[in-house]
Amino acid sequence: MTEKEKQRSVRITDTSLRDGSHAMSHRFTAEQVRDVAGALDEAGVPVIECNHGDGLAGSSIQYGFSKESEMDLISEAASVCEQARIAALLLPGVGTLEQLKEAVERGIGVLRIATHCTEADISQQHFEMAKGMDLETVGFLMMAHMRGPEDLVEQAKLMESYGADCVYIVDSAGAMLPKDAAQRVEAMKEGLDCQVGFHAHDNLGVAIGNSLAALEAGADQLDGSLRGLGAGAGNAKTELLAAVLDKMGVETGLDVFKLMDAAEYTIAPMMPFEPMPDRDSISIGYAGVYSTFLLHAKRAAKRYDVDVREIMVELGRREAVAGQEDWVIDVAMDVAKEKEGAAS
Amino acid sequence: MSEDGKAESKIKVAIVGSGNIGTDLMYKLLEEPGHMELAMVAGVEPESEGLKRARDEGIETSHEGIQPVLDDPDIKIVFEATSAKAHVKNAPKYKEAGKIAVDLTPAARGPYVVPVANLTEHLDEDNVNLMTCGAQATTPMAYAVSRVTPVRYAEMVSTVASLSAGPGTRQNIDEFTFTTARGLEEIGGAKEGKAIIILNPADPPLIMRNTVYVVPEEDEIDEEEIENSVNEVVSEVQKAVPGYQLKNGPTFEERETPWGENKPVIMMFLEVEGAGHFLPKYSGNLDIMTSAARRVGEGFARHLLGVEEVVA
Repeated sequence: MTEKEKQRSVRITDTSLRDGSHAMSHRFTAEQVRDVAGALDEAGVPVIECNHGDGLAGSSIQYGFSKESEMDLISEAASVCEQARIAALLLPGVGTLEQLKEAVERGIGVLRIATHCTEADISQQHFEMAKGMDLETVGFLMMAHMRGPEDLVEQAKLMESYGADCVYIVDSAGAMLPKDAAQRVEAMKEGLDCQVGFHAHDNLGVAIGNSLAALEAGADQLDGSLRGLGAGAGNAKTELLAAVLDKMGVETGLDVFKLMDAAEYTIAPMMPFEPMPDRDSISIGYAGVYSTFLLHAKRAAKRYDVDVREIMVELGRREAVAGQEDWVIDVAMDVAKEKEGAAS
Repeated sequence: MSEDGKAESKIKVAIVGSGNIGTDLMYKLLEEPGHMELAMVAGVEPESEGLKRARDEGIETSHEGIQPVLDDPDIKIVFEATSAKAHVKNAPKYKEAGKIAVDLTPAARGPYVVPVANLTEHLDEDNVNLMTCGAQATTPMAYAVSRVTPVRYAEMVSTVASLSAGPGTRQNIDEFTFTTARGLEEIGGAKEGKAIIILNPADPPLIMRNTVYVVPEEDEIDEEEIENSVNEVVSEVQKAVPGYQLKNGPTFEERETPWGENKPVIMMFLEVEGAGHFLPKYSGNLDIMTSAARRVGEGFARHLLGVEEVVA
């Protein structure tokens, strides 16, 4: 296949029901999941990710408790889909084999295994388990803006050697610019035999631009969410990706109008707020901090009476990685103490 | 160490495994032997750094595995610093040879021990397990709360420097999470436990951090009583692990939980800095294991000698 031909098709995974779980403070109900999954399936989305925002077993004080059990939500999503396959995310160190087995029983067909972009070797156990269960597997290299193309290829190769069918560059902080996305995807395409994907966040307002740059660099898979429902300023909007890709003549199998309707009439009414690059989420992209910290930092800022941005900047300075929500409170308390010290 | 009178009041111990953990433990036992005398370090690789260092310190070494340890009837306590797989094989041999095994691997042949919480309950056992570094660091906090008010749920989040997580941890990260969760239940006293581990590659490497969240059964809690209990346990742990520090908390927040919409949550933010005996200071996660092992060995040695434990 030539490069040009490759760009003529791309697989879209919708993560409204997983990354969107962050923006929903993990309060999706069975009814909402049925509605969203049904609409996505109807619109031809081939893979729908559905589980707690922080992956299987993410329900916790650290990340927020799920209102309804993610296993039940997976069952609901699987029950309404005719063509789409259900994916779940798993972070080694949070989710274990026990939850993976149950998720498979509940109907997932794809497992996406996420590690910080330098720690791929903690995923071996989980890739092997998933492969043993005949799942399609995707590796997720999170916070990928923190490392250059060479390092990422090295880490991706580990995941490939464990059995990954695809490895994603994940811009968890929404800190990349189109050239950053393109360079990374290009290097991955060169260095790997498996597929390559790109997962965007819109903190700097370039989620769609980054996705297109990734596509041009050869990405085989892209992520989106309806209305961008996701952490920080949200993800690339699935309905927007569908429209733009259609205009570009890229094959996605997606029904543009149906996705626009799903965004307008299904997702929008249930959203507690519209994720967008506002003051706080721009700071996340600008400081290169994990998007999911947003709501946690807002709450901590209120509780300890400090500026959200001060928390973000300090988290960036401490090089916090994905999953370290506990540091948000710790940092807020430190910032508050410092302020008190300065005042007295 | 070989003064006649003194030798009689000491128990001979051996370290099996001459890797990072075994070597760090060796320096701890040399620096603060208490009622123990380190009689042998056993490994399999004669030229290994650990065995070389042991020879330099004048300690008898074996590079033929555990046989010389088993053959020495004077060695009463063995610290297992190999791997879970090796310990599963070795445990029955130690038992047959009449030795007490202090197991630093995740093999879990014997009961879980966290010195500050339950060491005295297990001094008649012949095999005890130290679970995980995360459990050694965080179960004391759950225990500190549960001894003053019943605990519905305890959750810990451990962040360790990437450089201090070896291949054993990386390939068995699932075991870390469920063993640590069980520690929060069995020793921390929580009805339900949960553990999360995160590796952070920041450079310079960060010192091990642990956050402990505790949800009490009751909505009405005595914050002052909890704070006192926590501070008391922290200073107790500090006796064996001087780098163990409560950086923030206990702080009290309300959260929406499966057990109520506005449940109180007690939060504690810990830092564990290593003593830097052999391992770098940031790897408090490894240091807390070797410190706990030394402390447990001392407990057994005193018990065997009939010396009163001064610390509870």
